[in-house]
Amino acid sequence: MGYTFRFEPVFERFDQLLEGAWLTIQLSGSAMLVGLLVSILFALLKTSGPRPLAWLVNAYVELIRNTPFLVQIFFIFFGLPALGMRLTPNSAALLALIINFGAYGTEIIRAGIESIAKGQIEAGFALGLKRLQIFRYIILKPAMRAIYPALTSQFIYLMLTSSVVSAISADDLTAIGNNIQSATFAAFEVYLVITLIYLFLSIGFSSLFKLVERVAFNYPLSR
Amino acid sequence: MIRPFGFNEFLFILTAVQWTIALSAIAFCGGGLGGLGIALARTSSMKLLRLVTTGYIRLFQGTPLLMQLFLVYFGANIFGLPLNAWIAALLALSLHASAFLGEIWRGCIQAVAPGQNEAATALALNYRDRMRYVILPQAARIAVAPTVGFLVQLIKGTSLASIIGFMELTRSGQIINNATFEPFKVFGVVALIYFSLCWPLSLLARRLERHFARSTAR
Repeated sequence: MGYTFRFEPVFERFDQLLEGAWLTIQLSGSAMLVGLLVSILFALLKTSGPRPLAWLVNAYVELIRNTPFLVQIFFIFFGLPALGMRLTPNSAALLALIINFGAYGTEIIRAGIESIAKGQIEAGFALGLKRLQIFRYIILKPAMRAIYPALTSQFIYLMLTSSVVSAISADDLTAIGNNIQSATFAAFEVYLVITLIYLFLSIGFSSLFKLVERVAFNYPLSR
Repeated sequence: MIRPFGFNEFLFILTAVQWTIALSAIAFCGGGLGGLGIALARTSSMKLLRLVTTGYIRLFQGTPLLMQLFLVYFGANIFGLPLNAWIAALLALSLHASAFLGEIWRGCIQAVAPGQNEAATALALNYRDRMRYVILPQAARIAVAPTVGFLVQLIKGTSLASIIGFMELTRSGQIINNATFEPFKVFGVVALIYFSLCWPLSLLARRLERHFARSTAR
């Protein structure tokens, strides 16, 4: 084992790594925000939309969930320009992440919608609550609570998946790592530091989400 | 020279499926063996063992699979071994699978009613016999559906092995795309092949889950 680790050239570029981490947070954050809107729309279509539309949404969900993200991003980045749609690596990456998240998000939100018992809403009417109050306290909040754990862990999964966008050289933490790697040839050291940054990000976000959960949904469960 | 995307090109991609299947199968077996060990360690009465395996699971669930592949691939260098995409992909995916299966199966072991373990202990069965004859058979029943679900995730994960140069379905697609410049068709076909591998498994997992939910409902 005559290997000498070279971490200095990696730590010399720590500002680049921090910038890469910020890029990854921005990319996955914006994909999540837009992806959530897509998910809400599609979940409503799937549960109460017209039949052909519900079928289409279902096909989209199944297709995305049963193919690798790498192939999806190749299809979007290389395939769409063949149809005359020019995309930069960054916009292709964002689009692919939104489409990918949308499929998982649709299923999560659909489950949330279906978790609200009808009797709960009727009970609200019986108590003389207004429509808006019923929506806010009886539908929205319990549904949010039901989907919150799945949604937040899906975000962390999205952030980890986003490292794949480096394959089309979009800007993110892994792509910065690839650049540093080709400048320093300290491959293992670079990717070890990057892996630890990802670990730090996912543990950080999951602690933050748990904290928010404790504050926002602190009322006791029924039963 | 640019070739058209014809039957030969399709055949080239289709035959590459065998490497995707082989990689998934071996990683699943390796991950299954490791995962059983992890699950047992995670539920053991020794605190240190639980702590170490919890850290192991956190590490693999909190980092991208792509980085895990890179670390194993470039890490071989440290031990003076040559860079080999086959060995790196197999090892990294097995380790990855062992962490995820370990966590899934931990849940299944803990879902077996505690009275079962207590009854087996009262019958003077030792740890090995309790696990072998009482706990694991019942946990296995619960575990089937989520395990099949994870297999889908693993098959999709093998596509990342193409980035370190492992020749499988996605890599064959890239090669054909470079020769034909018909990305829409090529990656469409690649996606459909993955879909035909994964979708039946997803349906099976969902059916098993429903079946299990019905058979345990009072």
